[in-house]
Amino acid sequence: MTSIPLEPLAVPTDSIGLVSPQTVLIEKPLTLACGTVLPSHQLVFETYGTLNSDRSNAILICHALSGDHHAAGFHEGDSKPGWWNHYIGPGKAMDSDRFFIVSVNNIGSCFGSTGPTSINPESGEAWGADFPSLRARDWVESQKHLMDYLGIHCWAAVIGGSLGGMQAMRWSLEYPEKLLNAVVIASSMKLSAQNIAFNEIARRAIKSDPDFCDGNYLQEGKAPLHGLALARMIGHVTYLSDEVLGKKFGRELASGDFIDGTADPVEFEVESYLNYQGDKFSNAFDANSYILITKMLDYFDLAREYNNSAAEAFAHAQCKFLLISFSSDWRFSPQRSQEITDALIRAGKDVSYAAIDSNQGHDSFLLPNSRYHAALGGYLNRVANQLESSQ
Amino acid sequence: MNQNFNFISDWIKPGSRLLDLGCGDGSLLADLTKNHSIRGYGLEIDSQSIEGCIARGVNVIEQDLNNSLDNFADQSFDTVVMTQALQAMRHPHLVLDEMLRIGNECIITFPNFGSWRTRAYLAFRGRMPVTKQLAYEWYDTPNIHFFTYSDFEALCIERNINVLHRKFIAEQFPDNLLKSLWPNLFTETAVYHLSR
Repeated sequence: MTSIPLEPLAVPTDSIGLVSPQTVLIEKPLTLACGTVLPSHQLVFETYGTLNSDRSNAILICHALSGDHHAAGFHEGDSKPGWWNHYIGPGKAMDSDRFFIVSVNNIGSCFGSTGPTSINPESGEAWGADFPSLRARDWVESQKHLMDYLGIHCWAAVIGGSLGGMQAMRWSLEYPEKLLNAVVIASSMKLSAQNIAFNEIARRAIKSDPDFCDGNYLQEGKAPLHGLALARMIGHVTYLSDEVLGKKFGRELASGDFIDGTADPVEFEVESYLNYQGDKFSNAFDANSYILITKMLDYFDLAREYNNSAAEAFAHAQCKFLLISFSSDWRFSPQRSQEITDALIRAGKDVSYAAIDSNQGHDSFLLPNSRYHAALGGYLNRVANQLESSQ
Repeated sequence: MNQNFNFISDWIKPGSRLLDLGCGDGSLLADLTKNHSIRGYGLEIDSQSIEGCIARGVNVIEQDLNNSLDNFADQSFDTVVMTQALQAMRHPHLVLDEMLRIGNECIITFPNFGSWRTRAYLAFRGRMPVTKQLAYEWYDTPNIHFFTYSDFEALCIERNINVLHRKFIAEQFPDNLLKSLWPNLFTETAVYHLSR
């Protein structure tokens, strides 16, 4: 248990409160899908809630492209909570009063777990662009090591949005007996050509920055901040909907005016917002990690090794599934979730699917929405009831 | 499940695959799963009903029956069920075709507009019937097709659909006593078991 109760004035009373990350060095070899073996790797993670006596109430949270281990509560001195705080906490859909929730920063990312900014033991220098390419299954393997370290024999649920949902699906195929439920939110069994196109534009933006130095910017003491900001701006637009951008910013000007404002350059609010988001991100994220993880997304193909049949793939799963999509999500549209649902039905698996109305685009999975909360909370409430009645 | 509909479970093989179109809060599926070991899925669009299914642990898929059912393969279910929803479909005859494409058999229930209550309502009041079964005003009713079970029988003949079983339900007095004498006049709800 990492949470410490805090005075109600300091943080919202419905949050888990102050949390702090833990670090573990997994000293067992991890064989990656590309063949490279990491002799050991470091994982940073947070936990919320208490593991019950038979260690059966654990939930694994899988983060997406730019996520980290800090999914809920507040770090000391922070004004903003973790990225999934709307849905993780006491009495929330993922209820920390009933579940032991584990949120891990995955390898290849850049928030303390082994990744391109870590030291490559062979060279003594940062991995940088030489970090081995990764697949979603590598994240699952690494998470399995963490599961063993925590002494958890079976997850009550593995839950994730976007790339997180892909990990939850991969878990159901790689370790069918190690999870009871997979919750797959705003996700897809594989990327479309359009999805890959956006990712390639983002990677090109990063690589075009002169400070990228072919990926060796750390050794050169530089950082492709401009390119990474541009990559994030492109991504960010695809995570939002036309409607929500219109509602949030319209055609309002941040500076200058249309009629006689030549003194200042005219800048729309949306430009100002996107530039701010891009700069904020590029100072917090690593460019090589961004390239690595977008490639992981591009190559994800759930059914490829199962004769390209999703139903054949899911025939291996033993858990129950909950699928959730959002109407305005054009990155991973409801159609993608419907395809997953159809394949699960064909495979004869237990599945429920809620197609939630939302105007917030792909980012809907992070944002408050009463129907989303009711579907996810109702599903997990039943999971918790079953665990508690069998204790 | 309503006591009067218990006979439906006799038409469903234990352990079979069942699809319930417009499954409501999932009580039929929950009942058949518990007592009949069926593997069932329900389609529903009402958000509260979906939440009810999820709370019950019933497999529920959010999908509008008026849109395509193309995502379901031919003969992928043993039985496809639709209770009290055919009259609300945009194209009931096409939905019926789809049910018999997806399922080996289908079970369908609908309110019988030939009941004396609806006939009398229209005949004597001169207004469209608002009854216990059809509890909406004409302008906001989801029930856009009114038909009697005789109409339905004619449709089955026209489309080469076999009627395996038919049951006529009347719960109110005196309909429950008289329905065997003159079914179309005293049936409130018709239940059909069909195949192709």
